[in-house]
Amino acid sequence: MSLLHVDDVVVQFGGVTAVNHANFEVEAGTVTGLIGPNGAGKTTCFNVITGLQTPTSGRVSLDGRDITRMPVHRRSRKGIGRTFQRLEAFGSLTVADNVRVALDIHDGFRGMFRSVENDIDELLELVGIADYANERADSIPTGTARLLELARSLGTDPRLLLLDEPSSGLDESETEAFGELLRHLASEGRTVLMVEHDMDLVMNVCDVIHVLDFGTIIAQGTPAEIRANPVVQKAYLGYEDASEPAGSHARPRPAESGPAESGDDDTKVLAL
Amino acid sequence: MTAFLSYTVIGLFTGAAYAIAASGLVLTYSTTRVFNIAHGAVGMVFAFVYWDLSQRQGLPVWLSLVLVLLVMAPLTGVFIQRVLTPGLGTAPVGVSLVVTVAILVGMIGIATQIWPENSAARSIPQFFQGHLIHLGGVIVTPQQVITIVISAIVAGGLYILLARTRAGTAMRASVDNAELLGLYGGRANVVAALAWAIGTALAALAGILLAPIIGLQYYDLTLLVISAYAAAMLGKLTSLPMTYVGAMGLGLAQSYVVGYLQDIPGHDKLGGLPACVPALFLFAILVLLPQAPLRIGQVKGIISAPVPTITRSLVFGVLLIGAVIVMASGMAESSLTNVGTAIAYSILMLSLVLLTGYGGYVSLASFAFAGVGAVVYCKADQPNLLGFILAIVVTAIVGAIVAIPVLRLTGLYLALATLAFGQLMDKLFFTSQWAFEFDNPLKAGRPKVFGVSFSNEGRYVVLMAVMLVLVALVVIAVRRGRLGRMLIAMRDSQAACGTLGLDQRWFRVGLFAGSAGIAGLSGALLAGLRVTISASTFVYFNSLILLMIAAVWGVTSITGAVIGGAFMMYLPVAQSNYPTYAGLMFVVVAVGAVILGRNPNGLTYWMFRIPGWIQDSLYPVLADRYPGLALKARAFEVAGDPEGEDEALVPVGGPGSEHSSGEVTSDVVASR
Repeated sequence: MSLLHVDDVVVQFGGVTAVNHANFEVEAGTVTGLIGPNGAGKTTCFNVITGLQTPTSGRVSLDGRDITRMPVHRRSRKGIGRTFQRLEAFGSLTVADNVRVALDIHDGFRGMFRSVENDIDELLELVGIADYANERADSIPTGTARLLELARSLGTDPRLLLLDEPSSGLDESETEAFGELLRHLASEGRTVLMVEHDMDLVMNVCDVIHVLDFGTIIAQGTPAEIRANPVVQKAYLGYEDASEPAGSHARPRPAESGPAESGDDDTKVLAL
Repeated sequence: MTAFLSYTVIGLFTGAAYAIAASGLVLTYSTTRVFNIAHGAVGMVFAFVYWDLSQRQGLPVWLSLVLVLLVMAPLTGVFIQRVLTPGLGTAPVGVSLVVTVAILVGMIGIATQIWPENSAARSIPQFFQGHLIHLGGVIVTPQQVITIVISAIVAGGLYILLARTRAGTAMRASVDNAELLGLYGGRANVVAALAWAIGTALAALAGILLAPIIGLQYYDLTLLVISAYAAAMLGKLTSLPMTYVGAMGLGLAQSYVVGYLQDIPGHDKLGGLPACVPALFLFAILVLLPQAPLRIGQVKGIISAPVPTITRSLVFGVLLIGAVIVMASGMAESSLTNVGTAIAYSILMLSLVLLTGYGGYVSLASFAFAGVGAVVYCKADQPNLLGFILAIVVTAIVGAIVAIPVLRLTGLYLALATLAFGQLMDKLFFTSQWAFEFDNPLKAGRPKVFGVSFSNEGRYVVLMAVMLVLVALVVIAVRRGRLGRMLIAMRDSQAACGTLGLDQRWFRVGLFAGSAGIAGLSGALLAGLRVTISASTFVYFNSLILLMIAAVWGVTSITGAVIGGAFMMYLPVAQSNYPTYAGLMFVVVAVGAVILGRNPNGLTYWMFRIPGWIQDSLYPVLADRYPGLALKARAFEVAGDPEGEDEALVPVGGPGSEHSSGEVTSDVVASR
């Protein structure tokens, strides 16, 4: 049985249907990609899976157990971790303290009698941001903050890790290292579901890819199958070559809200 | 049956007036996401303006109405939206609450300044007073008919505006996404200004219609906002039809309570109940509202004052106690009482440091909790440590009870629930026989701790100083520990905390209970200091002033709390010294809170210059006139020291920057 099962999920915001009868499964121990143009409903899917958004209809199950109505924090206890597309690092805390909070929450009362210093160091080493340990999280570059969110999420020892555009803000060599990290996590037995626009990364790392368009899954398969799929090429890649970075073509999309990622670095400077 | 029909007519009238006020509130909140706590206060001020024009100046009624409703109120609305609250919609809820509470306090200050309480009684006559309409045995006044008709016209007008006009379409678009509206060429600013103009005019209209019935009072009309938002809450602050249903239901419920209360045995003890119907109605609706979604936002770090180490705090705590000991041995008893009051208020401020400074939540009922603590201490009649512990524990439990109904909701609703709670305490509990019984003061004994008697005023004030230091140490220890980190994390990102597995609902209840417990201790200490204490010490308006002063002096550090506490003590002293400027002083504090609640650079600028400025220019003047005060002034400095050096190291921010630097981030976000 698959680890995660998204079953006929619909999410409507007023008149806009962000997710339209989405169906997909994620197998344990795989790295699975969830791709699609801007506004296809990928982040909304993540919100439904983690409990930040209640679906209009449909159900989500983990290990065959229905978790559709379960509050956010209990899903986390069940082993779902995530990172955010629009960063949600704890800006007033240092990088190390961000991870410390995760460990504290995860440990509960037991944590009062356990030193977490080693765990923090290990996690920061693992994602490769140990140099930033003592900097405030709102003063670090976007890419680093994304890795921090990953380290923080790993602090709760999740079985299923949802990563929302984890590589944006990373340069080429960092992205390569990140791909290896993902394979490493999968080899540890963790399951990764990833929304990602970097097609090279997706095609190299993912075992399975689901393609979402206008809230519906239009294709699923291995990277090779997706690359060759004419429906995907037409709907998603816009007649272009598959290696082009997607999301660059202008096509009016309904749901994705407001001003998105750009300009994060400016924020950092001014927020100080 | 006739009685029932009469009550129904009265209920429909009240409901209609509430509906007018509430629809204005909904209009402003839904277009700009700024919840205007000052909505009732605006209505109050314009009822006074209308009285002034139509009664004192003798202008014709129609002209006064045109001037107030079509000129002055809309302009005020635009002024509030453009000058006082721009950009607050995207700021943390705490910021917009502080600013609108400041507007409320400022409005009351303006009203008391221009129309002081002591002059002749004012009243607004009803429209067509003396003419009565008989409807099948029920007597109806023209005022009632007019109000109900106007409310129907307002409902129809708003429907046509929102559904049939371009401006209305833009308003509805603005509700969903103001930035997107901007991208499509709609002018969100114009739409917001229009909404505030209409909303403010509706507040004024409701105030004018209700003033003849409930009297031209500062506070009763201001609390109209509780009725208005209780009604609006039924429509989750966005649906106008549901708001009308809520308003009518509330009006009828209130009228029936007033009408039938006298038939219930023991009604004489429940005299305050009718005034509390809106607050009770509100709590009932809060319990029924569905879970609010967690907000997903940005990385918004907040620069707050650095937290001193425990050792450091200990050293400065001991210094503070030493200073108080020196003062206790050499000071007149009346000045000593002021020092004690300042210490009690500082402890009350510390409850806000925990809740607002670290947690980001706003409480509008600090004094109500302090009052609970005082009542518990007096009634328990245990003048020893047990009495204080009882006060803390009981108040903490009361705090948890207030927070639990809003468990599933956001910070805005928590703040509104505390305002309703403050009013409940004011009208129902503190005046009851279980507490102060109108102005019948309670007696509090001074305690004996470990065999040492603190009945002497000086010794008692030293005991209070010790308590202040202990509470400060606890707050610092919390901030430095696991809980403190989680608090900050929760304030920065609720969504992330949730996905990391933190059950924020109970965490928040615990935080609120802890903060209430500290407030309870403050009340108990105050009761012991005054020996006799009455309900007037704990009126809800004081809680709003406390929040203002917290915004002005800073609520993220112990230093800010101690200075703020002293200031809170000094404000009424200054007001009784200069009664002609009493109202103006509220306005000044309010303006300070509007400025400092928003602008981080201004905040630093002021924070680091005000102490020097006071020392250089104000203290000598005060020292000449009031030798006792100058001594107290030195007490602030000693208290201010513990974190003084740390704060100087922070380039921007410092104590109290919680609100303002959140504001910076959101401004940046808005400008992207």
